[in-house]
Amino acid sequence: MTAAMNAPPLLAATGLAKAWGGVRAVDDVSFSVAAGEIVALIGPNGAGKSTCFNLINGQLRPDAGRVLLSGRDITGAGPARAFRAGVGRTFQIAATFASMTVRENVQTALAAARGQIMRPWGAGRNIARDDAMRLLALAGMAGMTERPAAGLAYGDVKRLELAIALAGAPRLLLMDEPTAGMAPADRAALMRIAVAVARAQNIGVLFTEHDMDAVFAHADRILVLDRGRLIASGAPAEVRDSPAVRAAYLGDGVLFAATADDRRQ
Amino acid sequence: MSFWIAQFLTGLASAASLFLVASGLSIIFGVTRVVNFAHGAFYMVGAYVAWSLTERLSGAFGWWGGVLLAAAAVAALGALAEILVLRRIYQAPELFQLLATFGLTLVAADLVVMLWGPDELVGRRAPGFTGSIALFDQMIPAWDLFLIALGPVALGLLWLLFNRTRFGVLVRAATQDREMAAALGVNEKWLFTGVFALGVFLAALAGALQLPRESVNHHMDLRIIVDAFVVVVIGGLGSITGAFVAALLVAQLNAFGILLFPKISLVIIFLVMAAVLAVRPWGLLGRPDVAQRPPAATSARPWRPLGGAGRLAMAALVLAAAALPFVSGDYLVIAATETLIFAILAVSLHVLLSVAGVASFGHAAFFGLGAYGVALAVKGLGLGMGAALALAPLVGLVGAGLFALAAARLSGVYLAMLTLAFAQILWSIAFQWVEVTGGDNGVLGLWPAGFAAQPAGFYWLTLGLAVLVIGVSRVIMFSPFGYGLRGARDEARRAASIGVSPGLMRWCAFAIAGTGAAVAGALFAFLKGSVFPDTLAIPVSVDSLVMVLLGGVQTTLGPLAGAVAYKALSIWLLSQTQWSKLALGLVILAVVLAFPRGLVGVVNQWRDRWLTQRRPGHGEPP
Amino acid sequence: MKFRKTMAMAFAALALSGPAVTAREAGLSGEVRVGELNSYSTLPSFTEPYRKGWQLAVEEVNATGGVNGKKLTVISRDDGGKPAEALTVANELLSREKADMLVGAFFSNVGLALSDFAKQKKIVYLAAEPLTDAMVWSQGNPYTFRLRASNYMQARMLAEEAAKLPAKRWAVIAPNYEYGQSAVAVFKKLLSEKRPDIEWVAEQWPPQGKIDAGPVTQAIAAAKPEAILNVMFGPDLVKLVREGNARGLFKDRAVVSFLTGEPEYLDPLKDEAPVGWIVTGYPWYDIKTPEHAAFLKAYQERFNDYPRLGSIIGYSAMHAAAAMLRKAGSTDASKLIEAGRGLSLTTPFGPVTFRPADHQSTMGAFVGVTGVRDGKGVMINPAYRKGEDYLPSEADAAKMRPAGN
Repeated sequence: MTAAMNAPPLLAATGLAKAWGGVRAVDDVSFSVAAGEIVALIGPNGAGKSTCFNLINGQLRPDAGRVLLSGRDITGAGPARAFRAGVGRTFQIAATFASMTVRENVQTALAAARGQIMRPWGAGRNIARDDAMRLLALAGMAGMTERPAAGLAYGDVKRLELAIALAGAPRLLLMDEPTAGMAPADRAALMRIAVAVARAQNIGVLFTEHDMDAVFAHADRILVLDRGRLIASGAPAEVRDSPAVRAAYLGDGVLFAATADDRRQ
Repeated sequence: MSFWIAQFLTGLASAASLFLVASGLSIIFGVTRVVNFAHGAFYMVGAYVAWSLTERLSGAFGWWGGVLLAAAAVAALGALAEILVLRRIYQAPELFQLLATFGLTLVAADLVVMLWGPDELVGRRAPGFTGSIALFDQMIPAWDLFLIALGPVALGLLWLLFNRTRFGVLVRAATQDREMAAALGVNEKWLFTGVFALGVFLAALAGALQLPRESVNHHMDLRIIVDAFVVVVIGGLGSITGAFVAALLVAQLNAFGILLFPKISLVIIFLVMAAVLAVRPWGLLGRPDVAQRPPAATSARPWRPLGGAGRLAMAALVLAAAALPFVSGDYLVIAATETLIFAILAVSLHVLLSVAGVASFGHAAFFGLGAYGVALAVKGLGLGMGAALALAPLVGLVGAGLFALAAARLSGVYLAMLTLAFAQILWSIAFQWVEVTGGDNGVLGLWPAGFAAQPAGFYWLTLGLAVLVIGVSRVIMFSPFGYGLRGARDEARRAASIGVSPGLMRWCAFAIAGTGAAVAGALFAFLKGSVFPDTLAIPVSVDSLVMVLLGGVQTTLGPLAGAVAYKALSIWLLSQTQWSKLALGLVILAVVLAFPRGLVGVVNQWRDRWLTQRRPGHGEPP
Repeated sequence: MKFRKTMAMAFAALALSGPAVTAREAGLSGEVRVGELNSYSTLPSFTEPYRKGWQLAVEEVNATGGVNGKKLTVISRDDGGKPAEALTVANELLSREKADMLVGAFFSNVGLALSDFAKQKKIVYLAAEPLTDAMVWSQGNPYTFRLRASNYMQARMLAEEAAKLPAKRWAVIAPNYEYGQSAVAVFKKLLSEKRPDIEWVAEQWPPQGKIDAGPVTQAIAAAKPEAILNVMFGPDLVKLVREGNARGLFKDRAVVSFLTGEPEYLDPLKDEAPVGWIVTGYPWYDIKTPEHAAFLKAYQERFNDYPRLGSIIGYSAMHAAAAMLRKAGSTDASKLIEAGRGLSLTTPFGPVTFRPADHQSTMGAFVGVTGVRDGKGVMINPAYRKGEDYLPSEADAAKMRPAGN
């Protein structure tokens, strides 16, 4: 962490803790993410990544600790308020609006972002059409904007998720296993898009990922969780060489192997 | 002291039969996710068959054998119904199976009268259990003691079945995770049939075991079904022990409640449900998140507003409808008015059920609020028709808004059942508060005035309001807000993460649906010139649900088509035959089997298929 | 598109029988049309015998020259057991079937809805079975006539018997809706007037059709009443009797019970019928008057079944309607009202008159004590109570009606 920052970092999590029935899923975890920085959160299965994510997203209220976004407290504020504070996210098990077309998915997100979602008149499908098309083009989906979201291939769903998350013009983007279930070529493409957009718009990114190639290729910094505790943090090369990390992954033996086993779709 | 013990024992006996019915319902729902409205019908048929068998078979063995034989025979009937009807529609949208079981109920209600005659039948009492046993100074019927023992024994047997047999393990696996059960190599088809037959067996057995207590009659089905469902919900869906505890709770609260409040029986079960759900949103022993399927209305076929041709067709339709009074007599005009009113009601439920994905089993609450709003405005405040029609929807809005606030923590079937409780509590207020509502005798003399006094005038007024309400609902449906509603329905997590609060969306959906239903209720009051507690009662809720499901829950025009088809058909059948329920039930079953996506759903399907064939390569996956 | 099709189909379904209607109008001159509706699907145990009763009456009327030479035609419909559905049907009978008057209904709320409808549409309605006092009094109107002995009348007959009992501590079991409530209110008032020493010690109000008889029975017994007033009927009555017998509730206690002597309710109980209850009802097996003997013979010959109370009501109602139409000599509503006021006719229960002041007929009821004979419940020593003796004076009744009616 760079010293002597006057402005607070984009995301500052301090002393986060959450226990489930006596099991400490997240135990005194602190870290930060700067604007424009790409940070990966990795760890063996059950390390507490998802819980950690939900704490930052506001979905869960931590037992202890605080989450600050640009100095503003969003601890346990709930996803809707976190969104308004500038947090966008994608889900591990992709969550898009199945009854809408691809474009309508993004338009809904745009309408919400622009405070028009409560407007009970006017055609929803005409709202921010151009912006929706631009976001979809950015996500590499220009050719499938009119498709029903329910019929998309899984890789496309993941890209749509990214477009939806970007529609809110977030300052912090949380991505939970953004490439899980995708073909290897698509994975790389998706991560490239996400990183490019983040760099261009100065968005901070925090993502979890099983695919270590993606992690080491794109992350500026890597946080390693094991049994709820942060055991390492630093540049990819540092982390790769950390004995603690190697020990944590030893039993797993899959440090550099992706697991793609999503049964959905 | 002995009185209290005796009353407690009596409560236990009452709980036993309630538990038997409810456990069957709970098992069926737990595995198949079917809201089995026909459960009461199977209970009733069980009683009728047992009556016939016990009258013919003699001796103690004859009686007990007859009861068991009746339950087994009805279970076979249940299996047959599952194979012939339900098995074909498990893939249909959630709640669609409710429509099928509703059809079965209608058919059974008339068939038993055809087969067994109109008179109530009093059966023989159980040999060996006809007397009473003195407990201190209280007489306890021996049959009650049998029932008291039966409850725990049945619970124990079910526990053994589910924990010590392969069938039971598979059923539990399927209850918790269907995909996992399928992965275990379970033949889902026959598992479902087996479970359905088991549930029906329990219902029929409970019905048969009523022989020593009550007469067999054709009202038994509807009298038990709602209570059974409430018990299941209080206990927690899919939890048999929960059903047992809930049956005990309800029966004991009733047994002791009537000592303090002799009129409490009417509503106690719903009060208990509301109280339990307020504290435990998933029932006493239920688990959170029972929804394994996407919400009923999530359609893979994105909704589209009407294009130019569609709008022209609509305009032509409205014009044609407006011309009706010029070409037909008063009766047809009045029947068409009633149909339009129910179209408004169905469209309002559609906003809730299809657009927002919130099931409601108590939509009558808002319809009735509108109707009583008119009664209050006209009789209480002395307002005219125009002012009453303006005020009544506000009553619905306030009622729905308050209810949605109170129900904020609930979802799924639990929320649907809480709306039912809300409607039933309102109904009992209308029923009991004689000074204000006239009770069962209703409020009379609410006839429309001025131009609307003539059937044609009132028809045009209704048509105008129907066009307004339906138009507004469609504007909302396709507005940004409509997308917000549907987004929250499709994926609540995703909606929340883009700043759309699912809770707020649901509240709004209730407010809109409540207002729309109250418009329908207000018009209904003026059409009939009177308001009765019936407007708040379960049949109105069921009818509105049936109309939406019949038309196609995943479509935008389904509720209109469903309402027109269902209401017109039932009005017509009522004037044609005494067996209108049988006919209506058969029609519903035919529709269910032929068009599992509803009337409009099937038209959409045909059109899609046609388009796909015409433009190969551009077709969308179904 | 699809919507239009559905809509068109639905309306076509409704309109299908349309042409037949207008065709019927042509034949109007040769017949008098009575629109009849009742709860055939909801309450067949009462309405099936009722239907047989009026069918017999129609055959008799037409066999003896019809109504002033015109054929009496009855258009019969199911009312669905609900006020709203009954009104739809009433509209059909009126506008499409061109009924000259309406007859029927079982439930009080259906009857009241029809009565208000009759007033609005200015057509005469003869309520056959509904019992509510509101029908002719607080909600009375000129277009509505009622045949059957009302709630008030039956309550008064029973209260008169009850007053003779030594019992002082009374308990009440009644269905929790308007009928039960008003039956109890009237009974209590009349009995307390005659017997100021009486105490009301317990009340139970189970929902109609859903009595949980065990707890109710116990709760009543716990109050240790000397006598019980019962208003439950139908399936509720069966449950109450079985539980009460098993728990000894009725042992050494007087019971006064509304309607229990009607075959519709007494017969299902067979040998379990209660013994010694004071009831109103219809002891068809013990009525020896010539009017009834003739009716009984005709009914049994025609249907090979014994009559229930519903048969009497259906039969008498249709004869009353025919008499009204005959006397009016016209189907004009005001003439029919004129004819109905003070109309007298002979029914199987004897002569009855529709009182001019409140349009209530003076048809009475039988009061007796229940017993079991040959394994069947019967009324023992039934006595006919004339309706006129149990109604308030016409002057008093007129005061109870809304002004201008």
